[in-house]
Amino acid sequence: MSSPNAATRQLRYVDALAEAVSQEMARDESVFVFGLDVDDHKAIQGSTRGLLERFGPERIFTTPLSEDAMTGVAIGAAMAGMRPIHVHIRMDFLLLCMNQLVNMAAKAHYMYGGAVKVPMVARSMIGKSWGQGAQHSQGLHSMFMHVPGLKVVAPSNAYDAKGCMIAAIRDDNPVIFMEHRLLYPTEAPVPEAPYTVEFGRARRMLEGGDITVVGVSNMAIECLRAAELLREVDVGVDLIDPITLVPLDIDTIVDSVARTRRLLVVDNSWINCGASAEIASQVSERLGGSGPLQIRRMGFAPTTCPTTPALEQHFYPNPSTIAEAAYAMARPNGSPWRPDPEHARLAYQAQFKGPF
Amino acid sequence: MTSQYTPETIARLYRSLYFIRHYEERVAAIYPSDKIKSPVHLSIGQEFISVGVCDVLRPDDAVSGTYRGHAAYLAKGGDPAAMMAEMFGKATGSAAGRGGSMHLVDTKANVLGASAVVGTTIPIAAGYALALKRQKTDRVVVAFFGDGASEEGCFYETLNFAALHKLPILFVCENNFYAIHEPQTKRWATDRFCERVATFGIDARKITSGDLFEVRDTAAELVDKLRRGEGPALIECHAYRWREHVGPNEDYDQGYRPRTEMEPWEARDEVPRIAALLPEAERAAIEAEAQAAIDAAVAFAEQSPFPAAEELYRHVFA
Repeated sequence: MSSPNAATRQLRYVDALAEAVSQEMARDESVFVFGLDVDDHKAIQGSTRGLLERFGPERIFTTPLSEDAMTGVAIGAAMAGMRPIHVHIRMDFLLLCMNQLVNMAAKAHYMYGGAVKVPMVARSMIGKSWGQGAQHSQGLHSMFMHVPGLKVVAPSNAYDAKGCMIAAIRDDNPVIFMEHRLLYPTEAPVPEAPYTVEFGRARRMLEGGDITVVGVSNMAIECLRAAELLREVDVGVDLIDPITLVPLDIDTIVDSVARTRRLLVVDNSWINCGASAEIASQVSERLGGSGPLQIRRMGFAPTTCPTTPALEQHFYPNPSTIAEAAYAMARPNGSPWRPDPEHARLAYQAQFKGPF
Repeated sequence: MTSQYTPETIARLYRSLYFIRHYEERVAAIYPSDKIKSPVHLSIGQEFISVGVCDVLRPDDAVSGTYRGHAAYLAKGGDPAAMMAEMFGKATGSAAGRGGSMHLVDTKANVLGASAVVGTTIPIAAGYALALKRQKTDRVVVAFFGDGASEEGCFYETLNFAALHKLPILFVCENNFYAIHEPQTKRWATDRFCERVATFGIDARKITSGDLFEVRDTAAELVDKLRRGEGPALIECHAYRWREHVGPNEDYDQGYRPRTEMEPWEARDEVPRIAALLPEAERAAIEAEAQAAIDAAVAFAEQSPFPAAEELYRHVFA
């Protein structure tokens, strides 16, 4: 965190998102918000709360369930000089937008020789637990990372949520803005005045000398909890939250791994062809041959996400499994260690109560 | 129907129609030389639609087209030299060599960028129209597309949204009866296209005559309604693609369609019909002027440089 002063308010992630959008809508007439349910009484789980009352139905409105065309509408409006924010209550629904996002939004500026710009934000939220299951839980960021022309943002805390949202709205490019449902109630010090979090600058959340751990989205917070457990056995974690995956601040990660020679990437998605693969390969390209290097990746189990907690608890990395993996890397000659289950339980996130 | 037209209007329409036809004939002639390194989808035979519709538009109105978009681009006033340079892959092209024939764009003439993925530009045109409405202008957008695009889900999604929000957009379906090589009879359960569209509360008109003046009259009436905020409208306009789906040649020897299907369209071709409405000297002057402009476009394309290698990395992000 960029040393917010003591007087700064604590704000929840969800309220930070709403505040960022509200401040930008007040600043810039061209900003508007649309998507199914953005103007209903639940206000996208609170993240669009107050916008309708403040800005009226011309600037925040629901849509038909037509994600494909609505993404095109966002692109067209952006080309005409507006700054649309297209909201999806789950990231899984972005698959309905892929043609427009990949074939048009990502390419328009390049394909038309710089003649047009597409300043739009596609907001979406990843769900987890309480039966979110196969189609409400996917972290699809690597699909978007693959395509030149899209920026991909995944803030892990309220401070970054506000700063990234303001930066995304002001950006002249399409930005895939990835939120996580379990982060919504988490609090952080958030300045009231508008500010931006610069894209392409990772945040070092902890300093430590034994192992570099990179956590993406909600996994950055899980890694923070894992680092607390590792402190009990004197393993120092250099914890990095990339914040933005495109552009990716690989330099900060490489600098850290150059010191620790150990890298554990924990992604909020599958490993195969994922963000973790990209980070690991860029680090090994940069540091390979310069000495011994240990790299490991963690992410979703290579299965579809199940709904029953009995299976789901084995689907995600958690502070205990992350700590155990990091310990094994950092102390290869030590006897295997597993965090005390009671400590792990305390470190684990507050239980969420449904329904979503 | 032509009697109400002034000689000036007829001359203007002919200027555009002749220019587009012969510009594309020139493209077809150059194509075998491999100087045009871009797949060309010629509008030849269908130009009367773009010409008729764009004639009633103002410079500040916008059009969106398709990969078969040469006619819409030129009829709206897109720069013909930049277009030729684009097809030659030159740095001076409309997209600086990054788009080719299928991605023509001219922001000065309000030609929105064309797409090679069928139907994708339809919702984008609606988004542009949404912005124009929000900006409280009386500008309008025309979305040109083919009968194949009308089968895409996003077309119906866009009709619904445009009608719901009363957007100032005119949908123009150039129905040439083929999607690449597949006839409509293998793709459409019924041909009651305008009836389908009308269920969204959209004023949908069907033109089967191939008559440029009927297209212009219909577009004039509908665009007027758009400017008054009465919501979107649609024209389904029958036409025929004279050449192959992609490339400069005829393809009637391929067996998927007989030449006899095209012959009635060729017999009522609007280019000679409208030429005959003009005094001989005026017609000759328009044609000479058009040929000179085409020569100039080709010369500009020939003489322009290719982009430098480092240009590859420019414009990934704005």
